[in-house]
Amino acid sequence: MITGTPKPIEEILEMIEPYDNIIVAGCFGCVTVCRVGGDKEVQVLSSTLRLAREASGRKIEIKEICLERQCDPEYLEPMRPYVEDYQAVLSIACGAGIQFMAEKFMKTPLLPGINTGFLGVTERQGEWAERCQGCGDCVLHLTGGICPVTRCAKSIFHGPCGGSVNGTCEVAKDIKCGWQLIIDRLKSLDQMENYGKLKPYKGWDASRDGGPRRILREDMI
Amino acid sequence: MKSASNLERVLTAGHFAVTGECGPPRGADPEKVLKKAALVKGNVDVCNVTDNQTSVVRMSSLAGCMLVKQSGIEPLLQMVVRDRNRIALQSDLLGAAALGVHNLLCLSGDHQKFGDDPKAKNVFDIDSIQLIHLVKTMRDEGIFPSGEKLDGVPRFYIGCAVNPFADPFEIRVPRLKLKVDAGADFVQTQCIYNMDKFKLYMEGARKQGLHERVKILAGVTPLKSAGMAKFMNRMVAGIDIPDEVIKRVADEPKEKQAAKGIEICIEQIQELKEMEGIAGVHVMAIEWEEKLNEIVGGAGLLPRPVVEQ
Repeated sequence: MITGTPKPIEEILEMIEPYDNIIVAGCFGCVTVCRVGGDKEVQVLSSTLRLAREASGRKIEIKEICLERQCDPEYLEPMRPYVEDYQAVLSIACGAGIQFMAEKFMKTPLLPGINTGFLGVTERQGEWAERCQGCGDCVLHLTGGICPVTRCAKSIFHGPCGGSVNGTCEVAKDIKCGWQLIIDRLKSLDQMENYGKLKPYKGWDASRDGGPRRILREDMI
Repeated sequence: MKSASNLERVLTAGHFAVTGECGPPRGADPEKVLKKAALVKGNVDVCNVTDNQTSVVRMSSLAGCMLVKQSGIEPLLQMVVRDRNRIALQSDLLGAAALGVHNLLCLSGDHQKFGDDPKAKNVFDIDSIQLIHLVKTMRDEGIFPSGEKLDGVPRFYIGCAVNPFADPFEIRVPRLKLKVDAGADFVQTQCIYNMDKFKLYMEGARKQGLHERVKILAGVTPLKSAGMAKFMNRMVAGIDIPDEVIKRVADEPKEKQAAKGIEICIEQIQELKEMEGIAGVHVMAIEWEEKLNEIVGGAGLLPRPVVEQ
């Protein structure tokens, strides 16, 4: 899923300072699962903002909504009749959702209520961790199912570097060395022959370096 | 000869090589490099010039190489893949070769987290092993990795670094083999203090015949004090200083600890000289270049041989 973290309330209050009425828009997709931008968070955030503004002597009117997904046009369209009745939309969906809404409603300022994080997993309740950078050219079949691009702090293809100590990355004690994990997995899969092969230079053009990416499925259009 | 490198000539002639290093200053003052170079001169076959080590911004390695060369010492350009993509790497390699740099060390580079600019974006377009391959392709095939023909081929003596003390230990020799397969001509190791572990590493390397395919230069760094030893052990990933080595330094009174550090370093070099598969030493007297002559001379490695081109 796409993960995120709430922006500090002070930053949000500064963003909404010019406005007297706004929409706070959540999303029932990834951000609901990682508890940062769903229905419940819309309610809590809206109440907090109302109280803060009331305390500051300048009330704000907030319409609370949560869309099925902010990254699909059909769920955004129903907002069209009323969106211009409000001075701004504070979205707590991921960056993709916020931008898509901005594209659809040209005259309404869109404000981000969360910092979008990474493509990750729920390691345990309340803890999420990155697993994929969407680099566009997957090599997991060669690396024991563990991604060197994401799990190695240097994204190297022939690791581990000299900074691997007892399974830990030199960057921080709570980061596992991605290449130690790869080697452990390759060993348990009896695939260590994969380690000894020189790998070609990665084509980053399939990643963000090729410019904003697009997937076109002719069979679906 | 693959290159015009003095290091290659010294090693090919069968001499036990000595390399040293100069860390460029945190500023634009050339005198700082020239002063260090004067202390290094005559004591080494080539002198490494580091590339923003520990991710701290310093004068560029290539500029440092030029100043070292100006001092009459053959420079060795260290190049990390942290800060440059493949376009900049190739371009800088061509520039270095054009300016008469014949030796290269291909490195990943310490993560930027350790420097003054932890919020910098790192590059790592290719890794250090792929950089070895890139340079070899340019030198031996006369083409860029993209396939385009070179107009003037850079003839580097290609080196890499290895850390026999990082984890997992079992992967260290296979990783050296990857570097040799990619095209490394020589290797400089991380500072060795744990001789028993290094012997095990060399045993593994010899078993695969790697010592016959690549020149292995063993890295040493004299300890200035017991405090420095403890600090390095604690703070520097992949540094392994056994307690008995620290104890030998710590047992001396403070004013004699440096002399003991040098004595230990000389002993190490002499032991390494006798080790099968070791072709030379890389003496990293970090910010202590004035002791290089005493160390190299004390190990019986002076004067340095002159091998004609």
